[in-house]
Amino acid sequence: MTTATYTHVAMDKDGYLLNPTEWTMDLGEAIADDLNIQLTPDHWRLINFAREDFASKGQSPGLRRIAQQTGVAIKQIYLLFPKGPGKLIAKIAGVPKPKSCL
Amino acid sequence: MKKLLILGGGTAGTMMANSLVDRLGTEWQVTVVEPDRHHVYQPGLLFLPFGMLDDRKLTRPRNHTFKRGVQWKPLAIRQMDHAKKSVVLDDDSVLEYDLAILASGTRIRPDMTPGLEDGPIAGVHDFYTVRGAQALRSALANFKGGRLVVNVVEMPIKCPVAPLEFLFLADDYFKRRGMRDDVELVYATPLDAAFTKPYAAKTLGYLLEEKNIRLETEFMTAEVTDRRLVSYDERHVGFDLLVSVPIHSGAAFIGTSELGDELDFVPTDKHTLRALQMEDVFVLGDATDLPSSKAGSVAHFQAEILKQNIQDYVADKPMKAAFDGHANCFVETGGGKAMLIDFNYDVEPLPGYFPVPHLGPFSLMAESRINHWGKLAFRPIYWHALLPGRPLPISPQMNLSGKKQIAS
Repeated sequence: MTTATYTHVAMDKDGYLLNPTEWTMDLGEAIADDLNIQLTPDHWRLINFAREDFASKGQSPGLRRIAQQTGVAIKQIYLLFPKGPGKLIAKIAGVPKPKSCL
Repeated sequence: MKKLLILGGGTAGTMMANSLVDRLGTEWQVTVVEPDRHHVYQPGLLFLPFGMLDDRKLTRPRNHTFKRGVQWKPLAIRQMDHAKKSVVLDDDSVLEYDLAILASGTRIRPDMTPGLEDGPIAGVHDFYTVRGAQALRSALANFKGGRLVVNVVEMPIKCPVAPLEFLFLADDYFKRRGMRDDVELVYATPLDAAFTKPYAAKTLGYLLEEKNIRLETEFMTAEVTDRRLVSYDERHVGFDLLVSVPIHSGAAFIGTSELGDELDFVPTDKHTLRALQMEDVFVLGDATDLPSSKAGSVAHFQAEILKQNIQDYVADKPMKAAFDGHANCFVETGGGKAMLIDFNYDVEPLPGYFPVPHLGPFSLMAESRINHWGKLAFRPIYWHALLPGRPLPISPQMNLSGKKQIAS
């Protein structure tokens, strides 16, 4: 799949979905593909947690929260999503990147 | 007589006790449980390391901060049993309540990161406690030059802009001492930028360039060893002086009583401020798990909302007041200047003027001397108006008028 598969959804310049309700599993797959990540059930567990947590808490979870709540060690998360798992999980899950107040 | 128990006597708990003691009337006894005998003016902790504030101006005896009628229990809380509506204190005494407000704040947890457990020690410091800020003041005074690293281990933290303010003030401090060229300033953050919201990212990057602060982003600290920060992806950042912003968590009794999330913050309704999993309990200030900032201004705006909601709640009326996530913070930028930021759950910090739209006198998202004076003038306002629960001329709800709308 290429970028063309999700040109219909609005994204910011860094590749985050602007409207999390437009997310679908296919879209998540397509974004992951563009980021060169082959999604396995281990990946999906983290992505689904990020989505559920954002829906209930109104903010994207940090990496430590993802690790503690899913029981997947941070080192392991880095193996699944090398080079910035926080950002990559947020992009694929269609939730905003973790932010500060400024 | 009915019992309102406020667990925690910091900014949030003290304001709340003082605002409710008269409003609830003689039918209610208001009791605050807080073990610490001194109230700390926490914004002052940022200034202390740079010698910009005297130790004596930082704290007041706790008994001077409560209004007549408020009962203060100077004991630690061991356990809360919300099914029995009671708490057990450190001396084994039990306090029952009809209504409780959790205002037990947040605390730093250096023990959660290998290598930070023994701080403050030589070269490893923090400025989130009085003892930490004092030790850091000596360390800065004796600093002969080298690399100073400010590292945020994990969000959320108390006052999310404080680490940046610390760096801006450090730049100014070393310039004044004529040794700025001998100091390298580095900011290591778990986030992907120093400024993470769109308008701030677009307009404030100049501050880091102007002050020559190097950024290390998406840095997840795994441990601190041999004067180096080591991240989970095995990046190393050496330091001569580390100013660590450790992991923050809620109070210990929240954990032992199983009332919170993985960091002991209490699940809270983002608008009414009721505890989501407990009857007759509200949550205020840093103790909540809300996406609002952990800051005194937030506790203040929440207290204004909660004051109304609790009066409705005890009168069996529907709660009408809704917290909008409003925060309003001065941000020191060094050289006698500061910015003001004003935002809520939905609206990022935008430029404009405050508190009077188009007039100010404070400028939003822009540096000025008057903002810095505002930050300094706030200390007496904190002691004499905010804590006693006197009304301030600032709405708890964020106001959009006069703010420039920026297309994203």
